[in-house]
Amino acid sequence: MALHFELVTPEKLVLSQDVHMVVVPGTEGEFGVLEGHAPFMSTVKDGALKVYDREGAEPRVIMVEGGFAEVSEAGLTVLAEKAG
Amino acid sequence: MASLKELKGRIASVKSTQKITKAKQMVAAAKLRKAQAAAEAGRPYAQRLEGVVASLAGKVTGDSAPRLLAGTGKDDVHLLVVANGDKGLAGAFNANIVKAAVAKARALIAQGKTVKFYLIGRKGRAVISRTFPGLIVGQYDTTEVRTPGFDEAQAVAQDISDRFFAGEFDVAHLFYAAFRSPLVQIPTEQQIIPVAVPADAPASSGAAVEYEPDEEAILADLLPRNITIQIFKALLENMASEQGASMTAMDNATRNAGDLINRLTIEYNRSRQAAITTELVEIISGAEAL
Repeated sequence: MALHFELVTPEKLVLSQDVHMVVVPGTEGEFGVLEGHAPFMSTVKDGALKVYDREGAEPRVIMVEGGFAEVSEAGLTVLAEKAG
Repeated sequence: MASLKELKGRIASVKSTQKITKAKQMVAAAKLRKAQAAAEAGRPYAQRLEGVVASLAGKVTGDSAPRLLAGTGKDDVHLLVVANGDKGLAGAFNANIVKAAVAKARALIAQGKTVKFYLIGRKGRAVISRTFPGLIVGQYDTTEVRTPGFDEAQAVAQDISDRFFAGEFDVAHLFYAAFRSPLVQIPTEQQIIPVAVPADAPASSGAAVEYEPDEEAILADLLPRNITIQIFKALLENMASEQGASMTAMDNATRNAGDLINRLTIEYNRSRQAAITTELVEIISGAEAL
């Protein structure tokens, strides 16, 4: 079970891979996205995006600025103005 | 016929021109690779954002729609945003963009609309201000910027949306050259305000999507960003197009210079031989006369 996760900035496609879970800093609070999440759209505030490659693994932390997250059947797409 | 010395001088001057064009060609080729990679790397973001905006725009309609999407309800004043390069020596690159913008302006004026110009980059200003004096309302200078980046796009987008909200215009069009290959750059016109929603917007698969905070808030946040991205994309495409056009133009120039040098060299050798022959004839006839 894996979630397809894409992190895109205007400059490039930063990340495109299958992960276990991503915790996104939404404007109205952090939310975690696992596989099979209901379709969802949210704006993202500046903050840390946590990517869990496997269950229980240490998260990779990516700082994002000014963005937007979309969950669809295809997975999670985070559009950020700046990442890294 | 030109004298030997003149010919020699001309050959030397064409040769030095050829050196310059060749160097410029190589510089453009190197820059092109980078610019092309940047333009291609920027496409996924623009595509995804466009998709999201299209699917949201279908849901938010009526009075609640933000002005950037719905427009002012009028269609009288058009702002033409023309993105050009700062340097010449790029073949018809700048001229083609300007030509497309001027043609659009003529068509709009013929329909009785008011046209204003907003220029990005230094080139093209002379032509536009000569053709349509007094219509340039603003410009963004990129001469100090080596590679136009996201910050520049943001500044331009901010300026343009401020003007929009101040009621300076109703519709904004963006002109730039879309990069296809080093040989082909297509002058492109795109409507950026109000946001043009493709008629065949994908009906978002029927699934109930949850929004946080809500559709309007997301859209209000997304639309200015969309404009920035469209401008950013245009700048990236322009960069790649400019280098491509420059490379092609300089390649042609180098080849022409080569042809010219060949022709001049043949002429030079002919004159030299003619001079030698004349001298010989003179010596021989002189000797025979004795």
